[in-house]
Amino acid sequence: MLLLTCPCCGVSAEETEFHPGGEAHLKRSGPGSDDAAFRDYLFARKNPRGVHFERWRHAFGCGKWFHAARCTATLEVFGTYAAQTAAPPAHVLEAIRARRPDWISEWEQDR
Amino acid sequence: MSSRLPRGGRLIDRARPVAFSFNGTRLKGFAGDTLASALLGSGRSLVGRSFKYHRPRGVYASGAEEPNALVSLGTGDRMEPNQRATTTELFAGLEARSQNHWPSLETDLGAVSAGMAKFLPAGFYYKTFIQPRAAWKHLFEPVIRRSAGLGPAPAAGARDPDRYEHFHAFADVLVVGAGIAGLTAARRAGAAGARVLLLEQAPHAGGRALADGGRIDGADAHDWVAAQLAALAQMPNVTVRLRTQAAGVYDHGYVLAGERVADHTPGDGRPRHRLWRIRAGHIITATGAIERPLAFAGNDRPGVMLASAVRDYVTLYGVSPGDRTVLVTGNDDAYRTALALLDAGLTVPAVLDVRARAEGPLAQAVRARGVRVETGRGVALAWGGRRGVTSVGICAQAGEGAVLEEIGCDCVAVSGGWSPVVHLWSHCGGKLRWDEAAAMFVPDPARPPLNHDGRAMVTAAGAASGALRADAALADAAAAADRVAQALDLSPSEAPAPRAETVDEAAPEAVWMMPHGAPAALREKAFLDFQNDVKVSDVQLAAQEGFESVEHAKRYTTLGMATDQGKLSNINGLAVLSQSLGAPIPQVGTTTFRPPYTPLSFGAITGAARGELFKPVRKTAIDGWLAAQGAHWEPVGDWRRPYAIPRPGESVEDAVTREVLNTRRNVGLLDASTLGKILVKGPDAAKFLDLIYTNMMSTLKVGRCRYGLMCTENGFLFDDGVVARLSEDSFLCHTTSGGSDRVHAWMEEWLQTEWWDFRVYTANLTEQHAQIAVVGPKARQVLEALEGMDLGRETLPFMGFAEGTLAGIPARVHRISFSGELSFEVAVPAGRGQAFWDACLEAGAAHGIQPYGTEALHVMRAEKGFIMIGDETDGTVTPHDLNLGWAVSKKKQDFIGKRAMERTHLTDPDRKQLVGLATLDPAEVLPDGAHAVEGAPRPDGIAGMIGHVTSSYFSPTLDRSIAMALIRGGSRRMGQVLRFEVEPGRAIEATVVDPVFLDPEGERQNV
Amino acid sequence: MSETRIIGPERRGMIALRGELGDAALGAVVTEVTGVAQPDVRRIAEDGDFALAWMSPDELLVLLPFEQAADTAAMLSSRLASVHHLAADVSDARSLFRIEGPGAREVLAKGAPVDLAPDRFGRGDFRRTRLGQVAAAFWMHEDAGFTLVCFRSVEDFVARWLARAAAPGAEVGLSD
Repeated sequence: MLLLTCPCCGVSAEETEFHPGGEAHLKRSGPGSDDAAFRDYLFARKNPRGVHFERWRHAFGCGKWFHAARCTATLEVFGTYAAQTAAPPAHVLEAIRARRPDWISEWEQDR
Repeated sequence: MSSRLPRGGRLIDRARPVAFSFNGTRLKGFAGDTLASALLGSGRSLVGRSFKYHRPRGVYASGAEEPNALVSLGTGDRMEPNQRATTTELFAGLEARSQNHWPSLETDLGAVSAGMAKFLPAGFYYKTFIQPRAAWKHLFEPVIRRSAGLGPAPAAGARDPDRYEHFHAFADVLVVGAGIAGLTAARRAGAAGARVLLLEQAPHAGGRALADGGRIDGADAHDWVAAQLAALAQMPNVTVRLRTQAAGVYDHGYVLAGERVADHTPGDGRPRHRLWRIRAGHIITATGAIERPLAFAGNDRPGVMLASAVRDYVTLYGVSPGDRTVLVTGNDDAYRTALALLDAGLTVPAVLDVRARAEGPLAQAVRARGVRVETGRGVALAWGGRRGVTSVGICAQAGEGAVLEEIGCDCVAVSGGWSPVVHLWSHCGGKLRWDEAAAMFVPDPARPPLNHDGRAMVTAAGAASGALRADAALADAAAAADRVAQALDLSPSEAPAPRAETVDEAAPEAVWMMPHGAPAALREKAFLDFQNDVKVSDVQLAAQEGFESVEHAKRYTTLGMATDQGKLSNINGLAVLSQSLGAPIPQVGTTTFRPPYTPLSFGAITGAARGELFKPVRKTAIDGWLAAQGAHWEPVGDWRRPYAIPRPGESVEDAVTREVLNTRRNVGLLDASTLGKILVKGPDAAKFLDLIYTNMMSTLKVGRCRYGLMCTENGFLFDDGVVARLSEDSFLCHTTSGGSDRVHAWMEEWLQTEWWDFRVYTANLTEQHAQIAVVGPKARQVLEALEGMDLGRETLPFMGFAEGTLAGIPARVHRISFSGELSFEVAVPAGRGQAFWDACLEAGAAHGIQPYGTEALHVMRAEKGFIMIGDETDGTVTPHDLNLGWAVSKKKQDFIGKRAMERTHLTDPDRKQLVGLATLDPAEVLPDGAHAVEGAPRPDGIAGMIGHVTSSYFSPTLDRSIAMALIRGGSRRMGQVLRFEVEPGRAIEATVVDPVFLDPEGERQNV
Repeated sequence: MSETRIIGPERRGMIALRGELGDAALGAVVTEVTGVAQPDVRRIAEDGDFALAWMSPDELLVLLPFEQAADTAAMLSSRLASVHHLAADVSDARSLFRIEGPGAREVLAKGAPVDLAPDRFGRGDFRRTRLGQVAAAFWMHEDAGFTLVCFRSVEDFVARWLARAAAPGAEVGLSD
């Protein structure tokens, strides 16, 4: 059972206090979007073996949503950060790179 | 035969005899005994029958690894099967029964003869008895079920009278096992300043040191153990918990441990078991090692025991497992058993050592006491009867089992070497490595289970890490604790590690089959898994038949799948498999270690969540009154709501009819408090609600209500309710009863994760208000009698709301209707809810007011064709499917679900649409969920299904059955007669009609 | 022994106040109305009949005498008219229990996955979590007693749960 730290209230708590929300950093496709983009928004989800960005809500705590960067294979948590962002913050990317030097970041490629 | 020795027994108190019973016979043991030691002390060497062949079995071990001595404990409501006698503490009045035999333990008619056993090889149930199929069900299965198995299940009516609970605990360092390694690790981690929790499964600390003695730091080992416990008790940052077994290690330092609080003091008022839910920064497993059996023909006879268990019984409990014990070993450690037996005045006719030489100090000491030590020898066969072993045939270990000599004995102490207890290390991904010299799997510190920070989460210490000898175990445990302290940024203890005085031991030799060249006749009698009756020949057969993966061989043979989970059999079994495959042991590998280490009771897992605490039931402010009226309840979400409120002697069905008719004719009172109420406030509240709802909410005028729909991004309807605009920047959104938490979370999700620039706050006020619906033609008269507000047609028109005071209680009155009647939903503070309810009843008495329940509510809304979330919707239904297109804004540029509604599948005119159904026979009510069929049956006999009934009732108002259904292309089928096949050969026919059955013009509510 | 007293369910005035907690104007009004300074993260500040508890980065729970809740909520709203906020009387939506005695920490630890060791959870600490299967919040008073808040609808359940956890014989014994 995972241990996560909510960046909004600072509590490190067990998974039963949280509610999972799937992949983070999805871009909403609203009216006017083409079919492929909308399909991907609704249904296409990454399922990597390794580094993954997820949404969690501190449902039994402060009620806030946040994001977690986590390894799906080892369950290592690289960091948690505020949900009000379109991309992982630099310190989280650095923490991942420190632990997974070979990881290829789509976020940094964009930059 | 086993017996109690005249003296000795470190753990028992001979001054305190304890009476207990076994199979109804009264026996005597001593305080400190286990049930197993007390049975052996009472001469009971036969304690059970085996799972498959009903072979007589005796106590084999002295701890959690025991495969044979499983008993049913207790009687009546407290009867519990399959309890290990070796870990059951004796208490006065304990009642134990042996299992799996008929009519009695001594005479078991189910015993399978050696000849018959040939027909029950590995996987027999996969290949025998398959044809004819009927015979399996009626003949083979009942016979097998009666003969196979362990203890009986508790009686159907039995109810566990004991209490159980959970407890959350936290530690920097969790040390599992209070043997000398665990004590050392706990002390050092504690001295370094860590918060330490030390768990020990037994009622006492010390582990093997209690029986094996020796000296540590100049003191007798058992005195040293006592001194460590005393020192730990003085450390405020260390907690020691006996009778508590760490059962499983999970992600991120989470550990479940079962505490047997009151197993030995039943009925004393304490919880029987407590499940510890531990979160540890680091886990040190000092779980010791388990001795391995030897595989030889007849090795399952009562009297054959692990060598370590033999000396445990002698040393710790003052019990002689037998007068004459033959020791069979491939290592030096087992010679300690011979010494213990000799010290107790018992006879050791011979030691059979498979090794070519036995010259270590322990072997020499045994020889020096006149015991015959035979090297290069093993056991070809153990002879005996149902009371146990009577003799063994000696053979050359290298040969094929020709008996050189028969030695009479009533106990055979065996040692095939030791296996570190690596379960907890392995549960969460720790890997093992094969130590060829010691012939054992040990934790590989290079591949530990990982914590949330990516660092090692578990460290094995002492024998559990492969450091079997006391001196090595102490040094290893001290080093482990110091490494862990360092990893936790603490300063390791500077005290020197404790030192044990030990004697040298010569290299062991692993023995997987005795003798090495044993022919089939012997292999068929050599057991690997005692509990599941798996023999060497079974594993070899599995390999021969292609079950080469260890996981496949395990499942095919059931090796290691019994309640002991193969603690004794797994390593021997995979070694036999590896030999059969000609592959080295590490290549064959182990099966997966899964929690729990030993079974946890269901009570412990359940904790407090049983009976009235099984599940939280949410109750409204009116719940007590409704309960007093004898309401017939139904669950709605987590709430309980009254389905109907029958009068004394009235059926529930009749009550529903009465409640509907009275509400339509006079006035009804409904507790609608469970409806969700979410306050949405802020400068962007209107903009936000325009996105959340399919309809336009920004145009809603202050003081007015609007029925709104919420869709998911898929365009499917998921909640509905009335929105009231309280002020320019605040709205009160009503949700379904089950939906308040979900909708509130939904709103917060969008506000926090998508539109975080919106200035909007929400608050879930569902429980702040009791909401009471006063419904029916006389509703206004009732409320006006309460005084305080003008609720006239003009002042408070339909879909309006007003705030004021009714009967002296602050109230918000919504003029909304879910029944089609004149209806007022009144929200008052929850604490005043009952007072308001009482006031309504009093004021309404003259008007025939009666409370009504959820079923009457359902009937009335169905009469009006109103949809119900969860009945008419199932997560694949759009507003348009339900003829609610009018509530989907065409003007808005965006709302959640709008984009999806443009998808071709959602605009398909052939989608299922909501229609009403009038059965041709008005008295016949369609079953909920009945499928409409059309056209010729398919080849499989099933006709094409075109839709299904979503709601169906008998309408007392219309005196006929009514139903709603989702039917493909439904709106084009008005007037068609559809066929609903409700059971083979019986169909109900119904005409497609408009779903609004009553008052389509809305005249009843517009008064 | 770890004798534990459970008192409740009780009612107390409560206002859910959402707003930008760092906003000076909001802070000033709240402190003026309640007489209590703003609490730190996951803390509760108590002063007489009033208290402020930190619920989330944008929410405070105002505790006050029951009779004053509705009026105070309205007053807060009017004084904060120019500040984006939400103030709602939630006094009737919640129930309180007092858990007192040396066994209080253990009773809570039977249901809450929270480290309640004395050096990890002390006076003035406030925690939102769960108790068994229901949402709950609790804090520790100066007198070392705890107050637990739950939703009104489950107060029967919580009362029974607490009584069972605190029953004689069920002491875990860590606090002895």
